[in-house]
Amino acid sequence: MILDRILKFLRKQPESRQIAKSRLKLVIIQDRTGVDPEIIDVLKEEMLKLLSKYFEINTEGVEVDLHREDESVALVANIPILSMKTRKIQPEEPVRAES
Amino acid sequence: MGRSIVITSGKGGVGKTTATANLGTALAKMGKSVALVDADIGLRNLDVVMGLESRVVYTSMDVIEGKCELKKALVTDRRIPNLKLLAASQKANKEDISPEQMKEICGKLKEEFDYVLIDSPAGIERGFKNAAAGAEEAIVITTPDVAAVRDADKIIGLLQNEGIQNPGLILNRFSPQMVKKGDMLSQEDVLEILAIELLGIVPEDKNILISSNRGLPLMLNTRSIAAEAFNRIARKLEGEEVDFQDIIEPEGLIAKIRRLFGKNGRG
Repeated sequence: MILDRILKFLRKQPESRQIAKSRLKLVIIQDRTGVDPEIIDVLKEEMLKLLSKYFEINTEGVEVDLHREDESVALVANIPILSMKTRKIQPEEPVRAES
Repeated sequence: MGRSIVITSGKGGVGKTTATANLGTALAKMGKSVALVDADIGLRNLDVVMGLESRVVYTSMDVIEGKCELKKALVTDRRIPNLKLLAASQKANKEDISPEQMKEICGKLKEEFDYVLIDSPAGIERGFKNAAAGAEEAIVITTPDVAAVRDADKIIGLLQNEGIQNPGLILNRFSPQMVKKGDMLSQEDVLEILAIELLGIVPEDKNILISSNRGLPLMLNTRSIAAEAFNRIARKLEGEEVDFQDIIEPEGLIAKIRRLFGKNGRG
């Protein structure tokens, strides 16, 4: 039992109370803003598509989430970049119908 | 003109009916006249928690259908004559009563009683809307767990849609020992998330089950810590400044011994 306690102390797991609090905050933001987690996934895909034009991205480490900051909600994206793409990129020109 | 208060939670099983019964009893013991309204049509429970199940003859449905007068439908608690119960029909459905009809019944009760406490069913549908329609104020009750707090947040939003602002919060089944160990949301955590006013904290107490087994509201049965908590909530509703700090301190041995001998110093 004492060994258990020592192991628990050494592992330093976050208190379940803190985990509950942060999970609740997040889920309540989603409930309040009405943002579907699926929409966040689609947004993540589209952001990655765009950003990959300019950067080599480590797609494994990408995190895109809604966070509550005081009274407002922020979209926080953590996108690990491996390197800048060197080739020159042509910005897409809107197609104009000229007559 | 009395106050009409709906007791609601969104999630089931967090203690709406227990809170309605005990808060009603606490207020009645303070000398207030109290009417308890079971709004859980088809799934009534307030009668059995109060121990009045054998005395129910008429229900709110019978009043609406004109089968009996409102006064006649009220069951008197013989132990506390100024506490009455309006039972819900067990045969009808939530859809058989409209919010307007509920409003009319509670409006009439408010003329006669100091307090009209409405026990809301779980859920966010018609049953909740009926219960909220009869009330001008609300008490949201939650337990310190993720599911109940999430549903409480939802119900606070829905109460606003029904025109009920600033509900009071009762935090039920609270365990100071678990909070101390870091395994339960604290009252500060819950208040930070829900951002409403705290009305009271009710510690986890096995006497709640025992007294509902017996059909005696807690107040009439024991000097339990939960009974004391409901007494304080009742006093707070009456506008008194009330502190819950000693209730949520993890109870030490000396406090336990003192309570055994009835010298708890909490009254």
